[in-house]
Order: sequence, then structure tokens, then C-alpha cells
Amino acid sequence: MERRKFIKKASLTSLAALIGTEIVFGSNMLKDYKPLALQENDPFKLFNLDNEMVILNDKPWNIEAKAHLLNDNITPNSKMFIRNNGVIPEDINEKTWTLTIDGESVKNKKTYTLNELKSKFKQHTYQLTLECGGNGRSEFDPPAKGNQWTVGAVSCATWTGVRLKDVLEDVGIKNDAVYIGYNAADTHLSGDATKEPISRGAPMRKALEDETLIAFKMNGKKIPISHGFPLRLVAGGWPASVSGKWINRISVRNKEHDGTKMTGTAYRVPKNPVSPGEKVKDEDMKIIESMPVKSLITSPQSGAIIKKGAALKINGHAWAGDLQVSKMEYSIDFGSTWTQCEINKPVNRLAWQHFNATINFPKVGYYEIWARATDSNNMAQPMLLPGWNPKGYLNNACHRIAVKVK
Amino acid sequence: MEPSSSEYKKLLKKAERLAYLAAICLFISIGLLYLRVYDPNLNFLNASNKDLVEIVDEDLIVDGIHIRTGFVEDDGLMTVVNNCTTCHSSKLVIQNRMNTDRWNATIKWMQQTQNLWELGPNQKIIVDYLVKNYPPIKKGRRASLTNLNWYELKE
Repeated sequence: MERRKFIKKASLTSLAALIGTEIVFGSNMLKDYKPLALQENDPFKLFNLDNEMVILNDKPWNIEAKAHLLNDNITPNSKMFIRNNGVIPEDINEKTWTLTIDGESVKNKKTYTLNELKSKFKQHTYQLTLECGGNGRSEFDPPAKGNQWTVGAVSCATWTGVRLKDVLEDVGIKNDAVYIGYNAADTHLSGDATKEPISRGAPMRKALEDETLIAFKMNGKKIPISHGFPLRLVAGGWPASVSGKWINRISVRNKEHDGTKMTGTAYRVPKNPVSPGEKVKDEDMKIIESMPVKSLITSPQSGAIIKKGAALKINGHAWAGDLQVSKMEYSIDFGSTWTQCEINKPVNRLAWQHFNATINFPKVGYYEIWARATDSNNMAQPMLLPGWNPKGYLNNACHRIAVKVK
Repeated sequence: MEPSSSEYKKLLKKAERLAYLAAICLFISIGLLYLRVYDPNLNFLNASNKDLVEIVDEDLIVDGIHIRTGFVEDDGLMTVVNNCTTCHSSKLVIQNRMNTDRWNATIKWMQQTQNLWELGPNQKIIVDYLVKNYPPIKKGRRASLTNLNWYELKE
């Protein structure tokens, strides 16, 4: 944000120097007008992204990874999906930033500065899996409305912050507390200051978990602006929209939080299974909580050609919302037979787990390697698309890569 | 006394020259006035072609694609551009596939919750354009893997 201020103050001469050419008719520009050439809109520079990241939407920013980009055990900023609902806030000042805890179910409303949060409460660090509720939406038929995520709207970064439960305990909450809801500094796309882009939350049982953090660091550094600098609520294993970015207020509610994108059909699926394309009434929809079991083969990249007789090493990650992955398998014959992969225990609860296997192919030809994870409740990923739903959430169908043996 | 015909011709030539001079003066003063208003520092004297900031043609269409938005050229294109890319990116429109009912429902939702204005007769133009150019594609329960970039795996 400093760059922006700098440009505003800069003279025409320095503007010309920045652009690398003279600004013709420059003296007629409005004082605070930023020339189009300087309105930084290259997301790769703006957010330090890997050049293979895929831009789904540039207003608001929605950017996803490809499977092979997610090979790191801990997702770096450059390969982490971005899902924004509104406009990233400008002119953020860490020193004056505050978090207010209020709502029907707090004993007394309380406001903390960033420094107070950091010094008053014990800090914790966890690797937490964040997956967009709509990851995989692009595969639904009939198509579902929204950003057409393929497989890359998932990450597992290291988050450092204070436990929400410690802060809520310090504030004091009443017995009738049901839900928490966040408010944040991002602004509505329409520019309407009375509208919020998103204000979601979680029931108290999730809010009070050890791993639910008010975070100020990601991967050991200040949270990047695109991921919620200076403060983000992080609730791993649930739709990433619960993990509000740029938060400045958390309300403890005596009812289900009713902020923007909590109601209607947003982040909801039908209570009962429906046929593809069926209309579902709002009252027949329920809020998504823990995300379903899922996995990704992150190496090799799909499309590998190997020599006959060569063994192929594969690896990737698996996760299961609030649960653990108990079994990881692969198939090279479209599910006729499955072979178990080696899979690690999670580093901590809600962190994704890493798997690997070495595969030998019986003869030359085209193969697909399908990966299937099973969670600790014995629920496995389906090979076909799971139940259709109007908004295209929760596609946890098996990931697959193509391989040729020559 | 009447002027002779040769004197008459001389007078006529003089008047003609005066008229030319007046026209040239008028042209120069309009030019100066333009510079006074639009380029008081006389920047035009220094600007060569390569110094000019590139002026992007907002309506440019190449190979049937509206360059600024990526939309397909067809009836209703500019109505779609003007109504559907003010708040959000054209990328959000292009990646979605809906039939008439669902586009209409989406418009209604945007009007109820996202401050989209009443579209009036433009709504039909917009929805017809979208349904024709961005229709739903049948994918079935699991599509084949496509767009594979085959590569030799080292080791």
C-alpha cells in the first residue's frame, strides 16, 4: 500500500520516469488520478505468484494452483489459491488496527490492538488445510454458478496466532452463545459502503477448538495482503470462507450468524440428496461445516511419459476436514484394483497428510493413476462426481493423472 | 466614373488575397486556442510517435473477440460489456454456463443482493447473448482428461 501513496505524491516528472516515457497531456490529469499504466494489475507481480498460477477472475481476485504446483508439504504464498469476494482493503495500518469482540453473547464488548493480542495471549503455530467450498465446481453437470475452480483451491500453510478461545475467554462469553461471525475491512464490488462482501463464521464448538486461530503470520512472515494482512481468522478443515481475511470484528452471537453469505444458498448444500439440476428451496439447504475427504497427486505432473520397465514414484497430499485420513490408495486400472500408498500422520490436527507410492506398469500404453483417500469414519472419495448441488460445492471426486508407458 | 475592366480585375484579386489572409489568420488562431486549452505547455512540439502513451481502443475486436473483455463478438456484445463488467470481471461471466432461466435467476439475485440496476429491455438482449455464446456444455458424471501436455519424465 506504500507504493500507492508514493504514486499519489509523485510529480509528473517522476510519474513519467516510472512509466518510462513522457505523459502527454499530463498537466491535465486530475491531482489524484493514477495513470492506467501505473494501476498495478498484474496479479503475478501484485501477489508474488508462481507464473503457472491460473487467474479465474480479476475483479474480485480469484486465483488457483494446478495440482503439480502444490507439491510442497507446506504451501508457499506463491502457490496458494486466492479467493476474494470483494475488494482488498487499502491503506492498512498495522499500528492502529484493532479487533473488537462484541455481539449478543459477550459479557462486555472489548477491543484489542494487534500488539495487545500478540503480547497478552500465548501464540500457537499450526499447519492448517484451507480449501474453498467450491473447489472442483467446474466438473458439475449441469454447471453450477460461480468461479469454476478445478482442483487448485486448496492449501496447507503454517499459521501463527492466538487461539480464538483464549481471546473469547478473556472477553467473557455468556452461556447462550451459539455462533461467532466475523466482519472485515474488504469492500463491496459495487462500491456500496453499506454492503459487506462476506461475513461468515462458525458454531461455538468450532470456534473454541485449539486450532482455530486469530492469525497474524503465515509461513513465519506477516500474512500477505491477498491472504488477509494483518489479521485472519483461520479455521482449518472447514470451507475457507470461514477463515475471514482482514478481520476487525468478531461477534459472539446468540443465534446462527446471519452475515453476508451465511444465508440463502451461499456455502450451503441440500439437506437431502437432489437430482442434477433440481431447484432447491432455501429452507431445504444446510450450512457446510467440515469439508469431505480428498486428495491430490502433486507429482508427477499429469502427462508424464516413462520408459517401459521403469518404476514411477508418485506423491501428494490427503485431507479430511475435521477428521484424519486413515487410508490412501491408488488404481491404474480405473478402479478395478486398488493398491495402498504409504501415508504420514498429520503434523498436527487439520494439517494435510503426505502420501507416496512406487508404481510398476504391466505393459506399454496409456494409463490413468487415480488416487483415493478414506477418512477415519470410513468415508472414501467417490470416483464419480458426488451428489449434485445447486452451487457446486464439495466435489471430492478422486483426482487422477495421465501417464504413458513407451 | 466606372472602373475599367482591367482595374476591376485588380480589385477583385486584392479582395481575393484579403479573404485568403483572413482564412489563414482564423485557422492559426483556432490552432492557438486549441493548444491553449489542451496543450498549454506546447508538449506537442516534443512528442514523437514513440513517446505517445499507447491509447487502448476500448471497442477493439480481433478475430471475433472483444479484446478488452474477452467476450465473443455478437449481437448484444456492448450491452453485455456495459451492464455486466462494471462491478465484476468479464472472466466471471465467461467461465459460467447457464440456460435462460438460470441467467435470469442470476440477474435477479444480483439485483436483490449486489446492487445491479434494472435492466429493462436490455435483459433479454443480455440473456440471449449469453445463452447463445456461453451455453451449458454436457460433461456427464466424469469427463475424460483433456488438454494433456505430454512430456518425457526424467530419471
